[in-house]
Amino acid sequence: MLAEKIAQANKEAVERLQNAQPTVVGIGTAGENLPGMTKKTVLHAGPPVTWEKMSGPLRGAVIGGLIYEGLASNEEEAIKLAASGEITFDPCHHRDAVGPMAGVVTYSMPVWIVQNKTFGNYAYCTFNEGLGKVLRFGAYGEEVITRLKWIENTLAPVIKATLELAGEIDLKTMIAQVLQMGDEGHNRNKAGTSLLIRELAPYVVKTNFSDDIKADVLSFMHSNDHFFLNLTMPAAKCALEPMKGIKYSTLVYTMARNGTEFGIRVAGLGDRWFTAPAELINGLYFPGYSEKDANPDIGDSAITETSGIGGFAMAAAMPIVQFVGGTPQDAMNYSKSMYEITEAENNAYKIPVLDFRGSATGIDIQKVIETGIRPIINTGIAHKDPGVGQVGAGLVNPPMKCFEDALEAFVEQLEAAGEL
Amino acid sequence: MSKINELFNKEVKVINIGLESFYNDLKKQKVSVTHVNWRPAAGGNKKLASLLSRLK
Amino acid sequence: MSSIKYEIRKNAYYDSVTLMIISKEIKKIGGVEEALVGMGTDLNKELAENLGITNTEIKDLTPNDFFVTALADDSVEIETISAEVERLLSAKKSSSDSDYMPPTLESAINHDPDSNIVVISVAGEYAAAEARKALNNDLHVMLFSDNVTADQEKELKELACQKGLLMMGPDCGTAIINNVPLAFANVIKKGHIGIVGASGTGTQEVSVIVDKLGEGVSQVIGTGGRDLKSEIGGLMMLQGIEALKNDPQTKVIVLVSKPPAAEVAEKVLKAIENSPKPVVVDFIGGDRELIEKYGAHACLSLEDAARKAVALLRGKEAKDFEGFDLSDAEIEKLVDGEVAKFAQGQKYLRGFYTGGTLTDEAMKLLSKDLDIYSNIPLSSEYQLEDVKVSKEHTCIDFGDDEFTRGKPHPMIDPVTRVERLTKEEDDEVAVVLMDFVLGYGSHEDPVGEMLPAIKAAKDRMAAKGKYLSVVGSICGTENDPQDLGESQRRLEEAGVIVMPSNAQAVRLTGRILNKIK
Repeated sequence: MLAEKIAQANKEAVERLQNAQPTVVGIGTAGENLPGMTKKTVLHAGPPVTWEKMSGPLRGAVIGGLIYEGLASNEEEAIKLAASGEITFDPCHHRDAVGPMAGVVTYSMPVWIVQNKTFGNYAYCTFNEGLGKVLRFGAYGEEVITRLKWIENTLAPVIKATLELAGEIDLKTMIAQVLQMGDEGHNRNKAGTSLLIRELAPYVVKTNFSDDIKADVLSFMHSNDHFFLNLTMPAAKCALEPMKGIKYSTLVYTMARNGTEFGIRVAGLGDRWFTAPAELINGLYFPGYSEKDANPDIGDSAITETSGIGGFAMAAAMPIVQFVGGTPQDAMNYSKSMYEITEAENNAYKIPVLDFRGSATGIDIQKVIETGIRPIINTGIAHKDPGVGQVGAGLVNPPMKCFEDALEAFVEQLEAAGEL
Repeated sequence: MSKINELFNKEVKVINIGLESFYNDLKKQKVSVTHVNWRPAAGGNKKLASLLSRLK
Repeated sequence: MSSIKYEIRKNAYYDSVTLMIISKEIKKIGGVEEALVGMGTDLNKELAENLGITNTEIKDLTPNDFFVTALADDSVEIETISAEVERLLSAKKSSSDSDYMPPTLESAINHDPDSNIVVISVAGEYAAAEARKALNNDLHVMLFSDNVTADQEKELKELACQKGLLMMGPDCGTAIINNVPLAFANVIKKGHIGIVGASGTGTQEVSVIVDKLGEGVSQVIGTGGRDLKSEIGGLMMLQGIEALKNDPQTKVIVLVSKPPAAEVAEKVLKAIENSPKPVVVDFIGGDRELIEKYGAHACLSLEDAARKAVALLRGKEAKDFEGFDLSDAEIEKLVDGEVAKFAQGQKYLRGFYTGGTLTDEAMKLLSKDLDIYSNIPLSSEYQLEDVKVSKEHTCIDFGDDEFTRGKPHPMIDPVTRVERLTKEEDDEVAVVLMDFVLGYGSHEDPVGEMLPAIKAAKDRMAAKGKYLSVVGSICGTENDPQDLGESQRRLEEAGVIVMPSNAQAVRLTGRILNKIK
């Protein structure tokens, strides 16, 4: 019976997710570690998008990426090159990677190597540059390129050496801990960043670099509250990827945005993207900014919600809800309502204020459509012009159309196979 | 004892589906009540509702 | 002239989100053009610089320091801004009544597995499915929605009977279970009179008068308006009777309904035939002999049903009540007083009701003497051609379909009745008869809503040298959320004669109209 097959497939899918063991195993580079990378490959967040359709922050990040790789020496050249057809644009998601905000990854960029020990698959993510004028918000000025070079030539080698001494880092356990320290792993990563520094610091000290360099590395991590985001994301990615291809499963294994469109992917529908225009975020703006400055939703960071943290663990990070003039009760209600659209409760990520209930895990497109409840995502708001940076933060949902199209495709697929 | 007579010996605990005013009135009287934020399946979209039912 | 006002607090910590909200609020202070409230992080310092509200001190801050900076009119003191920041930092949002509201019945059951009754008031199209789900989950149901088909109703009630559950409705507006008023119901004292009713306001009127007489109810079970029609066969009334028979708290049983289909009346009466508990049956104008044949007490009005139940509970004789609380002399005086004020030619009745059963009772009590046109007439020849236009003696049930299309029920919002009273221009009208239904579900001030229209109508007639007599009754108790005493006082102040029951109000009206002839 079809309903049973679907139920069984979903059970298996969420079990795979629950059994994942995301682990930091080292530092590599996009060129060496990501499949099929070339000097002229530029990866980005979200579903596939053409240069013409890219929003401000992503365009800026592409320009910055091309300059960083030495393929262009200024904005004009970079734009010409980007539009020329010589550059291969592809979603990070197609190359086992994820990127926050614009999510641009180019050949020379160093990446965290995260492995799902249970299934052996990998996921990669660059280092988080910090706030303000950074590549992921579309900035491409000299200071951005300089910082990216510093990351490539100083930060990455130090962390690589550090990890060789420290050994592997169990991300699942670390994320479970930070959820009980006021983080939710998407918009609030202070605890995670702190735990990571704590984990690495003794070994940073033991590496063979100058004191100044070690101090710079430690300060850099310390100055960026979202440093840990670039680990929660690949942790989620490698945990979810084994769900892909489970026949009959209606669970979502990808939610991602490129600043123009929001895309989802469903386990039983392989690597097909279901997209719709990305929405504007409902949130609080930094002084001096407002809705008219905002870019639509952007970034692969919704992979955190897809795995049961981020907005799905909002009750673990109450202050987030003030972004929409809400109350702690609202944060709890948001988290609670996510149980209505998911398959299971997380076996590792527990939310203290909900009596240590596991976070809602495994989004089912059937339940989303049935109840009308869309997944809730906590996210930052980028300025729509390249290079300005973050202008606020708030809550956003995927467009319902993504789920509707996926459901239709799911039924059509069954029909085509003569199963319906 | 019939279930109705059993009910007469229990505390009334209501689930309210529909008018929120009924829920508010019960809350005012400190009666245990849960309000269902009801929507027709698939938001009343017949096509989607039918797709869903085909999978059941 | 604007200048920068600022304040620094070293080694103070506040959450970034809280501070963002406060910045927004500070900007609202009159004279403030720009404001930033934050910790001394690089980002915030850069923001302050971009906004042109920084200085060397602010630039030297560390992330452990807190600062407030604003570009404001010279007249604005930093102290003002500071005080507001302080106020906002320490203000707590009042604990919201934002309870979790599950999206489906299933999730509500998961959330509160001890739930025992589901009250359903969604559109008829979906209502039956929700009711079925509830019954299948062993939950009792009160189905307020109408537009459920008779077939669906039968199926639901048969399922409920099979499972021994309550299936009150569809079209059930009133129930009181374990003294909890559900949907439209009054707050009635706890007691020993159990009621099973197919008529909402009929049930309300009986329960209210029981309360007025100093007794109370054990349970009030609604069956929905169609229960005693032949398609349904009285399924829920029978269930209710059985439950009350077995309920130790219930010492007297009262049944209230419009006259049932003949075979259904027999079935119901048979069920109470040898009841050890006294049974009072008001089939509103129904066959008295038939009722008495089965050993039950028949009634002349809803009030009479209540009075008989109370008498029987007290071990007294259940005598017919067709009179008044006031003495004959007082009634005579009232009637004469009203009649004296009419002008030549005033002779008609306008009964404007929000409760359907009360309308029906009014017409039945007056039908001997008057031919009454209506939107729910006693016989089809008196159907109003245009329900919006009164004719001779007219009684309107404003809760009937034609008046509630796209509008709330008049008990919730009497706007349609207000409009009608305001527009009614007929100079031949002598008496306007009305009901005011209090209790949960009803408008928070049914009397207040009608008063302006009542006063205007009386004034309009007075200006033409005529007199509009307004008679009414309040279906309510002292414990209802609306103020019964104030409601009565305001009506009387406006010149309305308030009688203690619908039956008495109708009876008085009949006397008045008779005297005119």
